[in-house]
Amino acid sequence: MIVLDRAKKVFAQGKPNEFIALHETSLVIEADRLTVIRGPSGSGKTTLLSLVGCMARPTSGRIHVLGREITSLPERFLTEIRRKTFGFIFQQFNLIPGLTALENVILPAYPTGERRSELEKRAAALFDLFGLASKSKSRIEWLSGGEAQRVTIARALINDPAVVIADEPTAHLDSKLSREFMATMGRLRGEGRTVLIASHDPLVYDHPAVERVFHIRDGRIDGAGP
Amino acid sequence: MASGIERQKNVLDFTLSSLLRRKGKNLALLAVYTLLVFLMASVMLATSAIRKEASLVLKEAPEMVVQRTVAGRQDPIPLAYLEKIRDIAGVISSDGRYWGYYYDPVVGANYTLLVPRDEMPEPGTIIIGPGIAAARLAMAGDTLEFKTQLGGILELVVDGVLARDSELVASDLVLVSASDFQAIFGPSNGLATDLVVRVANPRELSTIAEKIAARLPDTRIILREEMLRTYDAVFSWRGGILALLLFGVVLAFVIISWDKASGLSQEERREIGILKAVGWETSDVILMKFWEGAVVSVSAFLLGVVLAYIHVFFFSARLFAPVLKGWAVLYPQFRLVPFIDASQLTALFFLTVVPYAVATIIPSWRASVTDPDAVMKGL
Repeated sequence: MIVLDRAKKVFAQGKPNEFIALHETSLVIEADRLTVIRGPSGSGKTTLLSLVGCMARPTSGRIHVLGREITSLPERFLTEIRRKTFGFIFQQFNLIPGLTALENVILPAYPTGERRSELEKRAAALFDLFGLASKSKSRIEWLSGGEAQRVTIARALINDPAVVIADEPTAHLDSKLSREFMATMGRLRGEGRTVLIASHDPLVYDHPAVERVFHIRDGRIDGAGP
Repeated sequence: MASGIERQKNVLDFTLSSLLRRKGKNLALLAVYTLLVFLMASVMLATSAIRKEASLVLKEAPEMVVQRTVAGRQDPIPLAYLEKIRDIAGVISSDGRYWGYYYDPVVGANYTLLVPRDEMPEPGTIIIGPGIAAARLAMAGDTLEFKTQLGGILELVVDGVLARDSELVASDLVLVSASDFQAIFGPSNGLATDLVVRVANPRELSTIAEKIAARLPDTRIILREEMLRTYDAVFSWRGGILALLLFGVVLAFVIISWDKASGLSQEERREIGILKAVGWETSDVILMKFWEGAVVSVSAFLLGVVLAYIHVFFFSARLFAPVLKGWAVLYPQFRLVPFIDASQLTALFFLTVVPYAVATIIPSWRASVTDPDAVMKGL
């Protein structure tokens, strides 16, 4: 379970260009659920995901991840939680060009000190799962949009995280690939993972696998639905 | 422990693939870096090798040499002077030395002919230096011809070739018997080329030198220590001049590397952001950048030093030879005997590798301590 307790995020605090990306927000994201944060561009979705995913600290308020208060943790511990607990799927894919799909997928596991052969074995299983076995040695710039998307999902899962976070994952996908993506998320949810997606795409928030939707606008949660 | 090693291996693995991804840029950097190390190491190796050569030359030299001068130039010295020197308290022995230069038109080189006091070759035979052996393609059993002062030809059989202990000492040397020496250069008539003096107590050298100068006013006295100091000063000074010129190159390199390192490219910043976002710690990013800097700088260092070694010891430091050797002090043609001063190499290592590593790490650290959420915003 992830709990936000009056979490607030302000950028450029005290400066003329001060901007409140997220107003005081209290929210409970239940474990083992597929939750969607729905809202238009600039509504604060990405900021909310960054706070939940330990990528940024709130300006005020507290955040609890799986029962642990993370706001006051030093950077090292935050990174460890980020690596072990979360798997990220970014809007821009954020794969590293020049590397193969395999190298991109095992990248988050490098600092864990596991043997490379072990990592490759785990990655191979993920490539099989996503029908990418023949692409593992391909450089990522040679992959299609759908393939690149699946590589980012594989990368998000390499450390076997409890929570998968996806930010506007269908922004660069056509309808067919978007549906496939949501089916994959449903499968991950079925495996017992918590899935949190930020999106303003109806193909995402109207998908049958989605169990809970929060509406966000102007940095405030203004509603929730099943 | 094992996982620590695996972590290092994994990060190093990523570093190497990163370097390969930016092949052009990194190769250019490696080339400039290697050139810098090559230039610095060449000067250092050449200077220390020449100084070493000079000290080898002088190690064999007598403590004191007495030469007669006429109108400021060296002239054969009467053997009668020996008695006057031997009378001085503290002198163990004093002997005449016979040596001279012989021009060989066949190879266009000057030889130094010397009559050794110990183990003098049999008349009719000679022992030659490796330089002559190579130039004349001569080996033991071959015959070399020498023109005598009377216009005749003297054929001498090569009895052996001197060891390559020091090319500079031995290269152009011909050890010859006293009788053959006189046949080539003419009878000595009670004269020697110069006199060598050995003393019981080295601390009395200067006192004895003063006494000789007083007794034999037409002579000059050369002390080994003085020569050693002169050589040392001359080569240190020349090396210093070159190092000073190269300091500009070093400075330029420091500016380039600082600029490169402090201004991480957008691509590199983005990459650091992704690594942080997917769970790399700041220390992992710094470790990666450390390996990156280490791979580039250590490769450049090793490559530069090896190239400098080849340049100095196989090609006689051709780039700097005119400045370092100088035509008047040493022989124009010689190959340096390999000699490496470990402390100088260490200094070079710290002057080139460490600043680069630091210059690479600091900006990466600055980039990696920022929140990774920038990457979420599509930086």
